[in-house]
Amino acid sequence: MKPAPFAYHRPTTLAEALETLAGESYAKVLAGGQSLVPLLSMRIAAPQALVDINALPGLDTIEVSEAGVRVGALVRHADLLADPDVRRVQPLVPAALAHVAHPTIRNRGTTVGSIVHADAAAEMPVVLSLLGGSVEAASSTGTRTIPADELFLGPLESALRPDEIATSAFFPALPAGAGVAFEEISRRQGDYALAGVAVVVHGDSVRAGFVSVSDVPTVVDLTGVPDDGLGEAALAHLDPADDIHATADYRAQLVRTLVRRVVTKAREAAA
Amino acid sequence: MSEELHRIRLSVNGVTREAEVPARRLLSDALRHDLGLTGTHVGCEHGVCGACTVLVDGRPVRACLMFAVSAVDTEITTVEGLTREDGSLGPVQQAFAECHGLQCGFCTPGFLTTVTACLRENPDPSHEEAREMVAGNLCRCTGYQNIVKAVERAAEIARAEETPSEARPEEVSR
Repeated sequence: MKPAPFAYHRPTTLAEALETLAGESYAKVLAGGQSLVPLLSMRIAAPQALVDINALPGLDTIEVSEAGVRVGALVRHADLLADPDVRRVQPLVPAALAHVAHPTIRNRGTTVGSIVHADAAAEMPVVLSLLGGSVEAASSTGTRTIPADELFLGPLESALRPDEIATSAFFPALPAGAGVAFEEISRRQGDYALAGVAVVVHGDSVRAGFVSVSDVPTVVDLTGVPDDGLGEAALAHLDPADDIHATADYRAQLVRTLVRRVVTKAREAAA
Repeated sequence: MSEELHRIRLSVNGVTREAEVPARRLLSDALRHDLGLTGTHVGCEHGVCGACTVLVDGRPVRACLMFAVSAVDTEITTVEGLTREDGSLGPVQQAFAECHGLQCGFCTPGFLTTVTACLRENPDPSHEEAREMVAGNLCRCTGYQNIVKAVERAAEIARAEETPSEARPEEVSR
């Protein structure tokens, strides 16, 4: 057993889960666990308790309306990716989900969990930001809606309080006439991206979200920037770093290449 | 201080099994240590290598990224559950043997479970799709070429069995 010992709770109602969470001094919420369990196994995190929400009813639903897509906290990436209505209403969601880890991880990992994990190397947090989405948070004292632009406070740090559970995320629908595209470069399909770009084009407006080239999920408004200046305009807001997979210079070069390519694709999708 | 133990019931390969485990027991360890099902192999223990892949409610999942206590209320299939009722090799196992899709065999259980589930979803994969099916599993021996061949061969075997004229009656139901 690699993780440190923890108390385990498996509540069967949301009220019970919230009460349990409020009563623990250092607890983490377990949904898919595809980020949390490795952190526990490597003992990067050692919470005193886990509140497993997998037995809670009603959190595994995908609600699609003309306004957008509401994703419950227990919806697995694989199910969201396969949903044809989601694809119709907001095609950027499946375009990005196809790059989230491997299918085996997507079978267990949850999209809401990935968002509140707030990793700038992950696809879905920045997609939520770019689309102007939000997360619904519940605690024993009530519920609140956290807009994506207030959600990501720092590296792996969300605005979710320790006594809150993210119950759903909302991705607004793509407006008529808008176009989206997503692309990333990784060593192997399914690995973390060396760099990734999501773009929404709507009329003259061009906005891009970036993966793996900043500390927090970052969206840059590129409206009015000529095509040959897109890379530098984006890099002014980004901070690519060196690691064993790529140098900062190489990541910056990927941003220059990808942002032009993805903006072009999004324009084609809008046309 | 002794650690709290949880009495759990796991449904593995169609059999309900009981175990008493601490909450931090990974599903991969519970299968091997508590239930004696050592077919599931443990490699990296953080979700990268794919050796511990089992089917949870029919879908491939990393057993090292789940706690056993969280796997109650699911149907688990391990590599031991992929053989036919008479104990002979299932189509994917048979194809890996025929095509030399393994050398040391350490990664093989994870490939077998993954491919079994993927072929149920896509019984006639293209060469590219066959490669993609195994992209989340690492093998240090084979160089993958024979594994991809085995995926394509497994699909052939399974399809032949689906055709009543070529399948033996007792296999049609599987």
